[in-house]
Amino acid sequence: MQPLYLTNYAIATSLGAGLDETFLQLAAGRTGLRPQTYPGELATWTGRIGALEITPLEEPFAAFDCRNNRVAAFALAQDHFMDAVAGLRDRYGPERIGVFLGTSTSGIETTESAYRRRANAGASLPPDFRYAETHNIYSLGQFMRRLLDITGPSMVASSACATTAKTFGNAARMIEAGFCDAAIVGGADSLCATTIYGFHSLGLVSPTACRPFDSARDGISIGEGAGFAIIEKTPPASLMPSAVVLRGFGESSDAYHMSTPHPEGKGAQLAMERALASAGLKPADIDYINVHGTATQVGDAAEDRAIVSLFGRETPCSSTKGYTGHTLASAGIIEAIIAALAIQHDFMPGTANTEEVDPALQCRYLLRGERGRVRRALSNSFGFGGSNCSLVLERPA
Amino acid sequence: MIRVFVEGVGLQGDGLDGWEAAAAVLAGRAEYRAAPASIPPTMLLPANERRRMVKTVKLALAVGTQAFAHARRDPSETATVFASSGGDGETIHEILESLAAAPIDVSPTRFHNSVHNAPSGYWSIATGSSAPTSSLCMHDSSFAAGLIDAAAQTVAEKQPVGLIAYDLPYPEPLNTVRKIGSTFGVAIVMAPTRSDRTIASLTLALEPRNDPPTPMAVHALEAIRIGNPAARSLPLLEALARGIESRIVLEYLASRSLALAIAPCFATASL
Repeated sequence: MQPLYLTNYAIATSLGAGLDETFLQLAAGRTGLRPQTYPGELATWTGRIGALEITPLEEPFAAFDCRNNRVAAFALAQDHFMDAVAGLRDRYGPERIGVFLGTSTSGIETTESAYRRRANAGASLPPDFRYAETHNIYSLGQFMRRLLDITGPSMVASSACATTAKTFGNAARMIEAGFCDAAIVGGADSLCATTIYGFHSLGLVSPTACRPFDSARDGISIGEGAGFAIIEKTPPASLMPSAVVLRGFGESSDAYHMSTPHPEGKGAQLAMERALASAGLKPADIDYINVHGTATQVGDAAEDRAIVSLFGRETPCSSTKGYTGHTLASAGIIEAIIAALAIQHDFMPGTANTEEVDPALQCRYLLRGERGRVRRALSNSFGFGGSNCSLVLERPA
Repeated sequence: MIRVFVEGVGLQGDGLDGWEAAAAVLAGRAEYRAAPASIPPTMLLPANERRRMVKTVKLALAVGTQAFAHARRDPSETATVFASSGGDGETIHEILESLAAAPIDVSPTRFHNSVHNAPSGYWSIATGSSAPTSSLCMHDSSFAAGLIDAAAQTVAEKQPVGLIAYDLPYPEPLNTVRKIGSTFGVAIVMAPTRSDRTIASLTLALEPRNDPPTPMAVHALEAIRIGNPAARSLPLLEALARGIESRIVLEYLASRSLALAIAPCFATASL
C-alpha cells in the first residue's frame, strides 16, 4: 500500500486520559481494571472510565447523549485532537475529509435503560428515547461529523473486536479511490449489560482481572474506551517528525466458528501475512507485536501458534488488555495507538496481572516492559464471527 | 469518480422474488404484485445449521448466493461488504427483554447472533471464505455507504467485491421508534475490469446535493424504497434491469449525494 501518515491521535480508557497519562501508566505497569459486581451475582473486573470524566453531552449535541458518545467526546478532548482537526479542515476543506469509525454496541446502554423503564413488557419505550442518535450503529458517525464540522464521506463499521483496526483499511481505500484526502478513523465502545451478560453467557468473562498468556488465564475483562487518529496521504512537512506511518494492513476471515477462533490461528496468521505483504516487509522487520491476547484459553493459544509459525520465537510480544480490559470494537484503535507510543518511546509495554507465562505458549512474551528499539510494530485485532485485522506501523524515516 | 463493473445481482423483497423475476417487474415487462418477501433457504449450509440462523443471516445468505451464482464467481475467494442499518432486530429485542427481566438470563446463541457482523461471519463459514469482510452502517444511507465502500475496495485492491445489504422490520417496541416498512435484501457482485461476465458498468461520483434522490415510478415500489434502507438501492436495480444508460442519485451525506451512471455491457465473448 501507499504509506499513510498518522499526524495526530487521541486516546481515553480506564487506564488514563490522553497519550502521556496512558504511557506513564503502561510504563509503571498499573492496571485500569477494578472489581465490579452486576445483578445476579456476576462478579468480574471492568475497565470503567470514571463518572466525573464522561459527563453528559451539552447543547447543541445533547440529542446524542449516551454513554458511548460521552466516551468518544472524552477521548476527542485529549491530545489537542480538536485543534489538529481544525488544522486538517483548513488544509483540505471539510468535504475532503472522511469519517470512518467503529463500535460494537453503540449507545445500546441507553436502550437497555429504556427497556427497564417501561411500565410492563408490552409497553412502548419512554418518549425521551432517541433511536437514531443513540442506539443506531451510525450514532457515533453522525455525532462526530457534527462535532468536528466535517462533511466528507462517512460510515460506522461494526465487525466485532477487529472493527477499529479495520477502519484504517476502509479509510486507506477511500483515499486511494479519491473520495477524500484525509480521514478520521477509530471509534468508541462503552460498558453495557449486553456485552457483560453476553460474554458471560459464553463463559468468557473472568471473575478476576484478566491475565493474558498466563497458565491460569480464565477469560476476558471488559473495558471501555475510545481512540481516534487523523490519517493523511501527504501531510505538511511540519507534522512529519511527530507522525507515525501506517505501512500496511491485512484483513481475513476465519471461516470457522461464530464465537471461537480457529484453533491453529489460521485466520490470524493470514491477517498478519497480508499486513506484511501490504507493507512489503518480512517478519524479521517487525520489532514488537501488540497481540490481541484477550486472556481466553483458546484465543491466546491460537494467536501464539500463528505468531510463532510466522515470526518464530524471538519477536517481543505483549497484550495490553490487562491494563485497559478488552475494549471490544475499540481495541483496534486503542492498541494501534499503544503501538505508536511504543515506537515513539522505544518502549515495549509488559503485561498487567499475568504472573506466569503459560509454558505451552512459545512466543517471546513480555511480562515486564522493556526498553529497546521499536522501528516497526504490528498490532493484532481478532473478533467474533472470525473477523481479523493486523496493522503495521512505522517510525517515519 | 470511480468505475466498477457489475457482474451479478441478488434480490429478495416484497413482491420481488429473486433477481430474474424482479428484473422483469423493474424493467416494466411484468406487473408488480404485492406479496410478502420470501427468503429461499441457502444451499450453502446443512439443514440443521440453517434452522438455527436468524432472519438477517438467512436473507443475507440468500441474496449473496444468488448474486454470486449470477456472476459465476467463487464466493470463497471474494471479499465482501455487508451493509445494514439495524442488524437483527428480533435478536436485539430479545436480549433487551432478558436484560430488563429478573433474573437476567441471556442466551449465548442470541448474543452471537446479535452482533452487527453475524451475517458476515456466517457467510464466511458457509462459503469457506478467508477473504476480508466489512460490516457497516449509515442509518438510512447504509446502502449508499456500503456501495461506495465496496466500489472503493474493488478499485483500490483491484479485486472483485460482493456487496450484501439487508434490513428487516423491528418488533415492538423498537418498531415504533425505528420504522422499517418491509423485508429487503440485495447483493451486487462487482469487479475492477470488464469481462464476459459484466452486465453493466457503474460509475460513482459525489456531487452537491442539488437533485433529490431518484424515486421509483411505481407507487408500491416507491413505498418499499422509502421504507427500508437496503431498498434505497431500487433505482439502481431498476436501471440494471432496464439495461439502458441511466443516471440516478442516491441519498448519502447531508451535503453530498452519490451519483451513479449505469451503462449496460453486453457480453461480447459469444459474438
